[in-house]
Amino acid sequence: MAAANTPETVELTERDRAMLEGDFGEAAAVAMRILVTMAGVYGAERLLDIEGAHIDGCLYHGDSGVDFAELLVAGGARVSVPTTLNVGGLDLLHPEEFAGTAERRAKALRLMECYEEMGCRTIWTCAPYQTTPRPAFGQQVAWAESNAIVFANSVLGARTHRYGDFIDICAAITGRAPAVGLHLEENRRGRVVFDLRSLPRALRSASWVLPAIGYLVGERCGNRIPVLLGLEQADEDGLKALGAAAASSGAVALFHAVGITPEAPTLEAALGHAEPEEWIEVGVSDLRDGLRSLSTAPGEAEAGAAGSVELAIDVVALGSPHFSPREFAELMPLVERHPPAGGVEFVVCTNRLSLGELERTGNLERLRAHGVRVVVDTCVVVAPILRTPAGGVLMTNSGKFAHYAPGNVGFDVVFGSLAECVRSAHGGRLWRDPELWP
Amino acid sequence: MSAVELKGQALVAGAAAGKVLRLEEPLSFWGGVDPVSGTIIDRRHPRCGESVAGRVLVMPYGRGSSSSSSVLLEGVRLGTAPAAVVLRELDGILALGGAVARELYEQSPPVLLLAPADWEALPEGVDAAVEVSGRLRIAG
Repeated sequence: MAAANTPETVELTERDRAMLEGDFGEAAAVAMRILVTMAGVYGAERLLDIEGAHIDGCLYHGDSGVDFAELLVAGGARVSVPTTLNVGGLDLLHPEEFAGTAERRAKALRLMECYEEMGCRTIWTCAPYQTTPRPAFGQQVAWAESNAIVFANSVLGARTHRYGDFIDICAAITGRAPAVGLHLEENRRGRVVFDLRSLPRALRSASWVLPAIGYLVGERCGNRIPVLLGLEQADEDGLKALGAAAASSGAVALFHAVGITPEAPTLEAALGHAEPEEWIEVGVSDLRDGLRSLSTAPGEAEAGAAGSVELAIDVVALGSPHFSPREFAELMPLVERHPPAGGVEFVVCTNRLSLGELERTGNLERLRAHGVRVVVDTCVVVAPILRTPAGGVLMTNSGKFAHYAPGNVGFDVVFGSLAECVRSAHGGRLWRDPELWP
Repeated sequence: MSAVELKGQALVAGAAAGKVLRLEEPLSFWGGVDPVSGTIIDRRHPRCGESVAGRVLVMPYGRGSSSSSSVLLEGVRLGTAPAAVVLRELDGILALGGAVARELYEQSPPVLLLAPADWEALPEGVDAAVEVSGRLRIAG
């Protein structure tokens, strides 16, 4: 239980010590102090070099985050490795989207500016792995944002521990991170097998179901590394949705999907050639449970039940993590066929890269003509974007939105497939696709 | 009941006292705790609606968002943070919120890591005091 190392016993290089003593400026000293404290917390023997960082601390949660960023800026902070930024509290391109107070807007903006001043790349997205050059297999990085962490580790095979706000920027400034956890080969092997092979093949390859699988995996594996056995044909958008859901319901920072993710060519390899601690068979009823726990709306029939249910839908929110161009390509024909009803608020969150492509193809105009709002740089569960008063029902195909929307923005949620979301928005009431279940 | 004394590892050292709020299920502070009031707002959490403010918050580990460190820090700024956090498993994200609170506001709830058997021995509602050394005392 007790880690053997304390801040006093962490082995530091000469450069680390010089930073601690302020030779690299006051901000680098603060950053190194926090890193050494955290190295002690994690029981690290030493720090290691990182080659990139992704920062979550640029999102406004309250004045304390601004206080911290201002402290670093005043201390002359500059990032020393390529560093990207997660979502902020504002859509900088569409300021009219912000429905909060002027005071909150000013603070959210100031926080974003602070991180820009430190030299970070202003990509403002929770899916940096779909926009900017990605870390290579085996590369050491320091990423924050739970869905980005799980994608970097699992799908790219890069190595980051599960970092949070503040240590991310400390690592970026110093170029160092505690040598612990998922940075180290020996801690990356799978511990719990989720055996999906008894599910019908059609379900195992259905993208809409991946958030539900992720959600139940996160709930049951806790903070142990899960191995998924029997998943078929998941593309990167599917793995992104699965990982985001698992990192919402559990503390999942890495999963292995046998035959799909790079550290899991075989079950044996995924388990590091050791015995699993637990073997969990996932059947159709478990999947239905996973789907049920993604929805909170009272009286909500389980996802996939045939026909319409008399439940009014007030908001459809998509894009957590941020929608990719491929996801927009899937959405486009659905919306053209069944545009949202006038009374339903329909918002898609994405990044500037996807937005640029939408603009080039003319799809942005088409979506807007149908009443679909496209929000960049931020998202609806972290910033006051929704215009519908809290208390209604929000429908989404995102496990992460489904998890956080009730607490963060006060909506009941219904989880459904992309087509179900679009058709429900079209009719203004919940529509279930009778063909989802084989 | 006589007084009980447990020894843990101080992830963030400090002294504090309060009534135990014992969560059997892990809680993500981000999306799970409102820093303005200190109330648990995760509707799927069995203790939704209760306040963590000033309590000795006993929970197995954090989960979910990596912004939980921000929410703990904001709670420290607003005075709604738990008096102390007592974990069964190492959780860097909450300890980080505490470490930054130290740096910024020169105060933080202590974050303590207990051995699982000791962690199990902390009942809901008792008065508990955490010491700088990492000792935790339950009033007899």
